[in-house]
Amino acid sequence: MEAVNVYAARILEKQEYFKPGHRACQGCAEALAVRLVAKALGNNVIVASATGCMEIISSPLPFTNWDVPWIHVAFENTAAVLSGAESAYKALARKGRIKDRGTVFLGMGGDGATTDIGLQALSGAFERGHSFVYVCYDNEAYMNTGIQRSSSTPFGASTTTSPAGKKVPGQITWKKNMAEIAVAHNVPYVATACASYPFDLMEKVQKAARTPGPAYIHILSVCPTGWRIPPSKSIWIGRLAVETGIFPLFEVEDGRYRITVDVPEMRPVEEYLKPQGRFRHLTPEITARIQERVDFEYRKLVAKTQFKF
Amino acid sequence: MGKRVGIEVSIAAADAVASTDVDVVAAYPITPQTHIVEHLSELVNNGELDAEFIPVESEHSAMSVCCGSSAAGARTFTCTSSQGLALMNEIVFIAPGLRLPIVMILANRSLSGPLSIWNDHTDVMSIRDCGWIQVFAETGQEVYDHVLFSFRVAEDPAVSLPVILNMDGFILTHVIEPIEYWEPEQVKRYLPDFKPVNALDPDRPTTVGAFGLPGIYSEAKKAQDEALIHSKEHILKAWEELGQVVGRHYKPVETHLTEGAETVFLTMGSIGQTVAMAVERLRDRGEPAGLVKLRLWRPFPFEELRDAVRGAKRIIVIDRAISYGGTGGPVASEIRSALYGEDHMPAVTNFICGLAGRDVTPDDYIAMYERSLEMTQSKVGQEDSVFYGVRE
Ligand SMILES: Cc1ncc(C[n+]2csc(CCOP(=O)(O)OP(=O)(O)O)c2C)c(N)n1
Ligand code: SF4
Ligand SMILES: [Mg+2]
Repeated sequence: MEAVNVYAARILEKQEYFKPGHRACQGCAEALAVRLVAKALGNNVIVASATGCMEIISSPLPFTNWDVPWIHVAFENTAAVLSGAESAYKALARKGRIKDRGTVFLGMGGDGATTDIGLQALSGAFERGHSFVYVCYDNEAYMNTGIQRSSSTPFGASTTTSPAGKKVPGQITWKKNMAEIAVAHNVPYVATACASYPFDLMEKVQKAARTPGPAYIHILSVCPTGWRIPPSKSIWIGRLAVETGIFPLFEVEDGRYRITVDVPEMRPVEEYLKPQGRFRHLTPEITARIQERVDFEYRKLVAKTQFKF
Repeated sequence: MGKRVGIEVSIAAADAVASTDVDVVAAYPITPQTHIVEHLSELVNNGELDAEFIPVESEHSAMSVCCGSSAAGARTFTCTSSQGLALMNEIVFIAPGLRLPIVMILANRSLSGPLSIWNDHTDVMSIRDCGWIQVFAETGQEVYDHVLFSFRVAEDPAVSLPVILNMDGFILTHVIEPIEYWEPEQVKRYLPDFKPVNALDPDRPTTVGAFGLPGIYSEAKKAQDEALIHSKEHILKAWEELGQVVGRHYKPVETHLTEGAETVFLTMGSIGQTVAMAVERLRDRGEPAGLVKLRLWRPFPFEELRDAVRGAKRIIVIDRAISYGGTGGPVASEIRSALYGEDHMPAVTNFICGLAGRDVTPDDYIAMYERSLEMTQSKVGQEDSVFYGVRE
């Protein structure tokens, strides 16, 4: 399904594997991203999930929203659980006890589960080279436990453990670049995505699934509750993240970078920051610092796409 | 009958694991467990064992890999000690909740700090209430036999719970013993192929590891407790059939010279051998001493314990772990509460000894015996728990 972008709406299958009726907040673009990922992969898949919003909203015993096999063990070990399932299938298929049907192993975790507490397990799984797709749903904080900061929370954002105070203006560290960390592991397919660009997202998921070995997709997932925006604005904010260059959409195939959603004219970051309650306290000076950093990071990314092999 | 070989117990244990045609092994090295996993990776890399050996980056991931693998329907093994067990603790408690029949050998070693690589039971006692079936081996042969036993019990569809096989670090892991290997036909007869009750399978989607609201959590946990309690009948059957296959007979509680004994020692693991020597010497002197050995730790064998100590006036419980500021050694406090309210409840005295591999000789046990005669009445609490042989 190459270039699904062009005629996607018509060829997408109607079947959902992440079923409606879950308990996510209104306008949750993380749940939307989960749904798109599940749809892109179909039903020949085994999912391992980390603890977090997406796990809690979809698996209250004895109910489930999952129409594919799904396992949750803990917060920080998803990549290891996934390694185990993948290895089990490999061994069982080799011994002829199951048929090898090319089942896809999908890991899912929030930014906390991925960039903080689960980074070691993920690094180990990347390094061992298991064949899986790991998706980080990045809503830029620990939302499930009440909007605490993570290493993926952007500079300046106010969270419940990096509150905008009289002395400290919220988060004062720069967002960890998890996609680059994956690239540094020589993961053969790495991409960023956002549910505001659904076809770009699904195409990347399918590409990741076709890639032998590990693949990593980092999905910016707008969380109206934590970002303090109206639920109706989620998709719009996701677009602004891309159009301001704050969250560029790109992919890295065997080290080769490509920007997948071009932004010919970059909007000022202020347009992205202003509508969000978590950035309400920012002064023009801080906004200018963020603008400077975004420009720098974007130039770096563009330079990487121009690297001649 | 299988061949008898003089071999390091760790190597024999790994060979026993390999004889089950295990599918996935995930482990992280830690003394004194290392020889077991090294040998398994050697067997895999030499093509003698068709399994996935996952050299994980931590014990937390080892147990997590095991959860994923077992849930996907593979026969799964891991092995650790001490700090490794402490690091995987979180997932150790989850595995039985998910009813995953993982088998783990725990090469018992003390917990830090101070750091010590030597043997005692402080590691396993830290996870006493984790929900796994837990057995203790006394000799190398018992370790070997109980590897087969552990897979058999764990994977029994009526049980479907993980099993920890405790073997004392160094005292068992690093000694060479004559061990009778099982013939492949014996393994085949005893251990059926693993047919998971509920595997992750795209054709039959299941949700594993859902979260429990207050309205259902207690029910889920009670069901888990009942599963562990009821595993006992299958454990007994597995031992009975093991006896039929290889002619060695095991029970949840073993006794030695308890006929007419007034004072019985109670031990777990390899020290049973040393205490047996002490008891034999006491008997030679005409002392009414006996020995009770606990092989099955969870589910706790209440009836068998009561039968084993019936008639005794005094039990000397040997603990190899401490419950800081608590009610004595962990084994002693369990024994006290298991016997509490019995008619003619024996006095329970408690010695904590052999920590971090410190030698305890038959003479020492005889000294404990003599001292216990002065400690007549058992009180619940610390008063009757004595550190033996500690410089003050
Ligand atoms: C070992 C451990 N520490 C802490 C927690 C509490 N906890 C559960 S979910 C969560 C945050 C999840 O954040 P993230 O991964 O970003 O997912 P989100 O809920 O934001 O989607 C935390 C801190 C836990 N379950 N386990
Ligand atoms: S808190 Fe945010 S991520 Fe979590 S369900 Fe609500 S909107 Fe979605
Ligand atoms: Mg988050």
